[in-house]
Amino acid sequence: MDKKISVKVCLGTTCFVMGSSNLQELIETVPAKYGDRVEVSGVPCLGLCSIDWEFSKAPYVKVDDEVIKEATVEKVLKAIDEKLNK
Amino acid sequence: MAMNTSTPKQTSHLKREILVRLIKAYLSDDFAENTRLIPYDMRPKGSEVPYRCCIHSERAILRDRAIAGLGFSIEETEDSTLLSELANKAEKRDVPEQQPLTVLTTACKGCVPSRVYVTDLCQGCVARPCVNTCKFGAISIQNGKSVIDPAKCKNCGMCVQVCPYQAIQKIIVPCESACPVGAIAKDENGHAKIDFEKCISCGKCASACPFGAVHEKSQIIDVLKNIKAGKKVIAMIAPAMIGQLPCTAQQLKEAIMKLGFADVYEVAQGADITTKNEAEEFEERLMKGAEFMTTSCCAGYNELVDRHIPEMKPFRSDTKTPMYYTAEIVKKEHPDAVTVFFSPCVAKKREALNNPNTDYVLNYEEVGAWFIALGIQVTECEGKEFKTESSAEGRNFCVTGGVAKAVQTLLPEDLPTHPVVIDGLTKQSVRDLKKYAKNGVCDLGNLIEIMACTGGCLGGNSTVNAMKPALKQVTSYVNSSKSIKEQVSGTEQVKQ
Repeated sequence: MDKKISVKVCLGTTCFVMGSSNLQELIETVPAKYGDRVEVSGVPCLGLCSIDWEFSKAPYVKVDDEVIKEATVEKVLKAIDEKLNK
Repeated sequence: MAMNTSTPKQTSHLKREILVRLIKAYLSDDFAENTRLIPYDMRPKGSEVPYRCCIHSERAILRDRAIAGLGFSIEETEDSTLLSELANKAEKRDVPEQQPLTVLTTACKGCVPSRVYVTDLCQGCVARPCVNTCKFGAISIQNGKSVIDPAKCKNCGMCVQVCPYQAIQKIIVPCESACPVGAIAKDENGHAKIDFEKCISCGKCASACPFGAVHEKSQIIDVLKNIKAGKKVIAMIAPAMIGQLPCTAQQLKEAIMKLGFADVYEVAQGADITTKNEAEEFEERLMKGAEFMTTSCCAGYNELVDRHIPEMKPFRSDTKTPMYYTAEIVKKEHPDAVTVFFSPCVAKKREALNNPNTDYVLNYEEVGAWFIALGIQVTECEGKEFKTESSAEGRNFCVTGGVAKAVQTLLPEDLPTHPVVIDGLTKQSVRDLKKYAKNGVCDLGNLIEIMACTGGCLGGNSTVNAMKPALKQVTSYVNSSKSIKEQVSGTEQVKQ
């Protein structure tokens, strides 16, 4: 509980087109839900999509060091909850 | 909350992935073979089967989706035709197909025909309002619970409304329910079929189908081919494009030129001509005693009038669309150019077929897929200026209410102008429009803006960005632009 959880939503072009456009709402809803325990931001390309055919697993979100593939709002919230309850 | 255009969907993910793979295949050294392999690359041996019964079914459906990506009709393609044959055929094609939509009927199987259904919540009550209200005698009580006889039930839904326990539900077919003109329905085999005589190409069925069964036939291969052939290909980006990716309009222009386009025009430039002509036309009509006039920029609405409400024609503005004027300018300035309209919706594909100055139409999903295939990061572009500066009003055409507002800006203040906005075509708004046309009067106002999609073009069926951030981005662009009033006072009015 001491350390803040960091959430990085990739807003690089590949992630954006593959669905992170719909994850932008997290940037508003996460602080409203978790207050200052979680820090959330939209970031430029995380570089995860460029390897081979990995674009197909976009959009990517990083919750601390954990990479979430084909991220959805639900998957990201679940990952945050798991980290908070550890 | 109902599923809408901006609701995230796995089906969009699939469709976009196939487009990226098709573009990569086209740019590879063996287009036909690499296209044939797409279903196998997406579901390699031993891979998970996320959606269907088995890997073979998954691959077959991915193959069908790729057919639409190649620009062909899924219904009319033989099951035995290889994707490689279709890839070759697509490369040789000179003109895109007439109907822009196609249905993947095998994906329809999971969806049951529309019917009324008694759930387990039925309490077998004594009042029995369902039995009493049914005009067709279709409901009886068996073992203490209501039962509907499907042979007698007409799907009217009266019992649904009267049940005090909300125990009776109507199962809808999302495409049928979304279509404002009854152009799509399940046939006797349970497969959705589009009646192209009725279809206005609004794309609502494509957005509504949870199985992603309705596809747009893509023209991406045609555009890629022209660029590969070294033609001067010019992009015309509709105002809604500005809200699609997290970058500036100038960065977007540079990114599009990196795809191989020779130049990029804002369709807002044509929207400015639409505004000027429509304002003049409205004033003239009002002087002559007209009761009302509707806008004419939305391709879905224009198709609606042409196919279903001919009596509305005298009330619809004769002014051409922003795409029309923009394409005219581009072809005048570059007679040798191939023009591509970047569209938020499928309806513009229909409009382009009747416009000799617009050669191809790409939607925003296709443009986005192209950026992915080439690994272009829009935010890393420096930015290129547009040669012609469009007005704030023109750039706001894609926002619901924006067209009427633009026209109003140029109207004399003492003219009795009452704008009304029809924000999205539904079965109800189509009924309303029929009423206005029949009675020759609209009690809500006299300048009626009609947008087939809720939210305007930003709510188009093939947009990439969610509505809220897209609107924010467009609005900030609009706010940094000059008003059309300054343009009009500065130059002579452009007349068609």
